[in-house]
Amino acid sequence: MLKNRIIPCLDVKNGRVVKGINFVDLQDAGDPVEQAKIYSDGGADEICFLDITASNENRDTIYDVVEKTSKKCFVPLTVGGGVRSVEDINKLLNCGADKVSINTAAAQNPEVVVESSKKFGSQCIVVAIDAKKNGDKWEIFTHGGRNNTGINAIEFAKTMEDSGAGELLVTSMDRDGTQVGYDIELMFKISSMVNIPVIASGGVGNLDHLVDGIKLGNASAVLAASIFHYGKHSVKEAKEYLDLKGIPVRI
Amino acid sequence: MNVTIVDYNSGNISSVINSFKEVAKDKVNIEVTSDLSEIKSADKVVLPGQGSFKSCVDALNNISGLVETLNEFAINNKKPLLGICVGLQMFADVGYEETETKGLGWIPGKVTKINNQNGKYKLPHIGWNQINILKDSKIFKDIDNKSHMYFVHSYEFVPEDKNVISATTDYSSNIVCSIEKENIFGTQFHPEKSDKIGLKIIDNFIKL
Repeated sequence: MLKNRIIPCLDVKNGRVVKGINFVDLQDAGDPVEQAKIYSDGGADEICFLDITASNENRDTIYDVVEKTSKKCFVPLTVGGGVRSVEDINKLLNCGADKVSINTAAAQNPEVVVESSKKFGSQCIVVAIDAKKNGDKWEIFTHGGRNNTGINAIEFAKTMEDSGAGELLVTSMDRDGTQVGYDIELMFKISSMVNIPVIASGGVGNLDHLVDGIKLGNASAVLAASIFHYGKHSVKEAKEYLDLKGIPVRI
Repeated sequence: MNVTIVDYNSGNISSVINSFKEVAKDKVNIEVTSDLSEIKSADKVVLPGQGSFKSCVDALNNISGLVETLNEFAINNKKPLLGICVGLQMFADVGYEETETKGLGWIPGKVTKINNQNGKYKLPHIGWNQINILKDSKIFKDIDNKSHMYFVHSYEFVPEDKNVISATTDYSSNIVCSIEKENIFGTQFHPEKSDKIGLKIIDNFIKL
């Protein structure tokens, strides 16, 4: 039986982890490689890096991080943030990323998804949908949540599936950072609309939220950042809890 | 000993290279090449494959003499070869992804889209799934039945002779996920991405 996945996400800025696990025995808490290794050793099903480097001159730092991580972690590694072109995707894959998530570029120019999925295969193309509720619908936000495109998120999800995306990483901008739980309605609507796996993101504050994302939101995988940081919960604890709640996980 | 990973522009093979180097340490030489003479002289060959069946077969054919060299290595000389993902699928006679495409024809059978029961199951089949070991394959030494492996695929290999199947996995149907036929090995899952247990399979192949 296929297992639901737990994916810890690390925010990386200028090659350093911004928020991460705060373990006393950690030699360098800002080192993304060491943090990723802790997660993979702890049973993370995949690792996600979100590059939030603001300045263009430091953008290359992520390539070095990916290259080093892929030599230490032998679970799938997804990298997103600032991916603009087929060439950016090519560089990340060559450095050892297994999947690349595309956000702004996909909303601005869906051709990037068509072209990259043809060139590299759908299996490595994740489209990140950052959505915010506006009245009775959800709209796509880009540039790290700053720009409203006015694009309907549910329709966009279907377009991305048709364009060749292998997975959708759906983040509720309303919930991100609030720790009150995923936007279940959004997850369920998108997951019911498409036939590709949906990864739920944004808003996890406790382990029950992970359960809800899968049971109620119908997500194939759940992504979380804060709850795994600072040792609040380990990936292992999360998996044991999901198992207890009858959700199939890899233990 | 030389283990050669065939680099034929079949997509991203960094993870395959990293995992083999991690397992081999300094004891075994891991080569990554499309050079025919290096492939000929290898002790073992790894055939990765990402993207579609057609794109991988096209990429193999784009390197003049590569298919003949692989045939000589695996079929005539019967030296150990491991196909991963589409690398395994290409063992078939024919694949139906994008369009009907002729495979290497090493193991009679076809590669068809997984039946997702009218959308009841998501495709691609992505994530960790358990393998049902059906026969004592050399690459499964010290691997427990029901071990979890990492999968990413929408197409499956359906061999004619079921005796070549060494493991299956359960999704929308029972999917062939590992093959052993004499010196030819293949996994539909990605041992290079299946954590320690996957590295053990790589180790088993290197130690054959």
